[in-house]
Amino acid sequence: MVDLNAGWRDIPRGGKIVEAGNAREYETGSWRAMRPVVDQEKCINCLQCWVFCPDASIIVENEEMVGFRYEYCKGCGICASICPVDAIEMVSEAEAESEAVGAASGSDRRPAKDE
Amino acid sequence: MATELKLKELSKKEDRLTPGHRLCAGCAAPIIVRQILTAIDEPVVLANATGCLEVSTTIYPYTAWNVPWIHTAFETAASTISGVEAMYRSLVRQGKMEERNVKFVAFGGDGGTYDIGIQALSGMMERGHRALYVCYNNEAYMNTGIQRSGATPLGAWTTTSPVGTVVPGKPRHRKDLTAIAAAHDIPYAAQASPHNWRDLMKKVRKAVAANGASFMNVISDCNRGWRHETDQTLEVTRLAVETCYWPLYEVEDGEWRLTYRPKEKLPIEEFLEPQGRFRHLFAEQNKHIIEELQAEVDRKWKQLLQRCGEEE
Amino acid sequence: MSRFEAMDGNTATAEAMRQINPDVVAAYPITPQTSTVQTFSQFVADGEVDTEFIRVESEHSAMAACIGASSAGGRVMTATAANGLALMWEMVYIAASNRSPIVMPVVNRALSGPINIHCDHSDSMGARDAGWIQLYGENPQEAYDNCLQAVRIAEHEDVLLPVMTMYDGFITSHGLERVQIEDDEAVRDFIGPFKAHEPLLDIDNPVTYGPLDFYDFYMEHKRQQVEGMKHARRVIPEVAADFEKRFGRKYGFFEEHRLDDAELALVVLSSTAGTAKSVVDDLRSRGIKVGLLKPRVFRPFPAQELADALRDKAAIGVMDRSDSFGALGGPLFMELSAACKIHDVPAKIVDYVFGLGGRDTTPDQIESVVRDLADIADTGKIKQLVSYLGVRE
Repeated sequence: MVDLNAGWRDIPRGGKIVEAGNAREYETGSWRAMRPVVDQEKCINCLQCWVFCPDASIIVENEEMVGFRYEYCKGCGICASICPVDAIEMVSEAEAESEAVGAASGSDRRPAKDE
Repeated sequence: MATELKLKELSKKEDRLTPGHRLCAGCAAPIIVRQILTAIDEPVVLANATGCLEVSTTIYPYTAWNVPWIHTAFETAASTISGVEAMYRSLVRQGKMEERNVKFVAFGGDGGTYDIGIQALSGMMERGHRALYVCYNNEAYMNTGIQRSGATPLGAWTTTSPVGTVVPGKPRHRKDLTAIAAAHDIPYAAQASPHNWRDLMKKVRKAVAANGASFMNVISDCNRGWRHETDQTLEVTRLAVETCYWPLYEVEDGEWRLTYRPKEKLPIEEFLEPQGRFRHLFAEQNKHIIEELQAEVDRKWKQLLQRCGEEE
Repeated sequence: MSRFEAMDGNTATAEAMRQINPDVVAAYPITPQTSTVQTFSQFVADGEVDTEFIRVESEHSAMAACIGASSAGGRVMTATAANGLALMWEMVYIAASNRSPIVMPVVNRALSGPINIHCDHSDSMGARDAGWIQLYGENPQEAYDNCLQAVRIAEHEDVLLPVMTMYDGFITSHGLERVQIEDDEAVRDFIGPFKAHEPLLDIDNPVTYGPLDFYDFYMEHKRQQVEGMKHARRVIPEVAADFEKRFGRKYGFFEEHRLDDAELALVVLSSTAGTAKSVVDDLRSRGIKVGLLKPRVFRPFPAQELADALRDKAAIGVMDRSDSFGALGGPLFMELSAACKIHDVPAKIVDYVFGLGGRDTTPDQIESVVRDLADIADTGKIKQLVSYLGVRE
């Protein structure tokens, strides 16, 4: 766990960061004004959204797109714009929050097709 | 067996660049980095020049890198990776370390590559270090506030080539760094684009397999500096390629090969129109600049077709 | 078995490098360091070292490659002089902040401009704030000995700071003297194996080197560097003691020559100290109680120890082979004056900037300095705080 109040004695010398990938503790989801939502009926699991997401926020399990990592998703809208079957729609974050469609932090996992 | 270049297979691999980095929403740089690091199956060690990618992924005490990674300074991605790669060769040769087929990749923006870092890049290539240098080219010094670079195209607005009453944007054409890299007679040089991920990944694999230095120049849309909506990143990138503004080609052991040819070469306006940094070119008194840009694109495209042995 | 050979400073340094056998050297030639890298290149070509030698395209790239190589996890060296050091200035700071234990002989040469290839200390003095440990050697023997000790000091667990070892351009670098070269095995034994700390090449434990610090962590990282320097003050004499045990030659923070009962003291670095020693001997034979203090360690600055050695002197003449334009005097003078003030040394201290750009400094000139000191001791008055020795008006 990152300690933002660590003293000079507590941290590795030379500015090294030894916990690889600990940026995962920094949730960028609060940046967005819009959030993607997926219509699983339309989704064909082409995984284009996965390869084009700048923030690795598309969850793929068993070769299927199952949802978004809302704790990181910045709401850029690239996934919605490139989806070949228009399965992804960008909705207002404020609306989504007020409707409690998904949590603002924590992944919102849509059930996979055959669940 | 290398992982098949199929998204369903590639998506099973662990994130080498994690989410939680602080690059802008819709930035192409992390798309490029994710594609490159996913394509490489072998262990990697990375060097990174100062710039957007570097600062946004390593704000102490956080790091978004799940692989060994080093940043030293702005102009030093190539010289740093040269040192890392040399140490690896030395330790393996002396039996102090096992050979693990480690791939060395340096990332630099156009700032750290075309301009301030070109000397180090040239040295790395001339000495033949077995490393891949990737330039993520967003056509300006974006991290410090969208200042012009040697990669900025003619007429583009930047904060140091602004549009004024006397001068309408950058007065000169950009450098052709991929050709400069190829002129070093390295085993592999290529131009790529993240919207065509398969082409990019194939090139990365060739590059890291090369027996010497390799170079990839990848167009990296910046919605902040290019002035368009965050979701247009890949569409604008696609237009760069379809207008032949950013051709996709490779130079393998001195042989030039076009890897993608648009069915229809679109007029440069289609690439310029969606971007705020070119908006002023559509004013009557600046239209001649669009003509100059088109002429230059046509000239370079014709030259490239000739080099690649393609029909015009 | 050690052997005696006629060697100049560069050859002796190259020999030290051969015995150290670093994993990587990244270096660029610059006069008067050139013969060091040339001699070393021959060792590489003849397979006498295991070193991977990167013939970089500039000194800036040399230090960047060294930092990369060191972070990758191995022993790294380079060498430079003057404008080469100046060119790698930003990287030199980064080597220290990265805690890369790089060892770099610096052949002291004047910084341009005008361009001058001869000896003065403006290059290494210009880098004194960079966070490197700095050692000065008087002659080829000291150049060789300091280079070997530098590796142990730099790589010490509590230090992990890069070390630059200085010796005078042309005077020492190209001056032939009798040097005692130790046995390869004995040197290897003294140096010991390299221990990597969380290296990049430990693929299974990925580390990030060189992150961005905001105002919330930069000071803490700098404070760590200060701690490394504090430990160096303890480690440097420890390494010197081990060196003396094995090889018989004694080193400390500085060398004293007839200083004990002296009333007047000269403080001067490097080869000029050699000339000054003979002036001291000559003056002593004429009844003048003068002594010499030749600093060896400039960073970390051994303020207390210097003050103690000079405590009972009446007048001290510091000789600076570099200047700091617009400052009170040269760097050695300023730091020594501060040390004496803080540690209650009552002596009057004056500064003589000498030898810039390789200007020869004669025994007569050094004698004139001592005459000034005698006058100051007698009258208690300083006629001129900072003088330029030998400049034509």
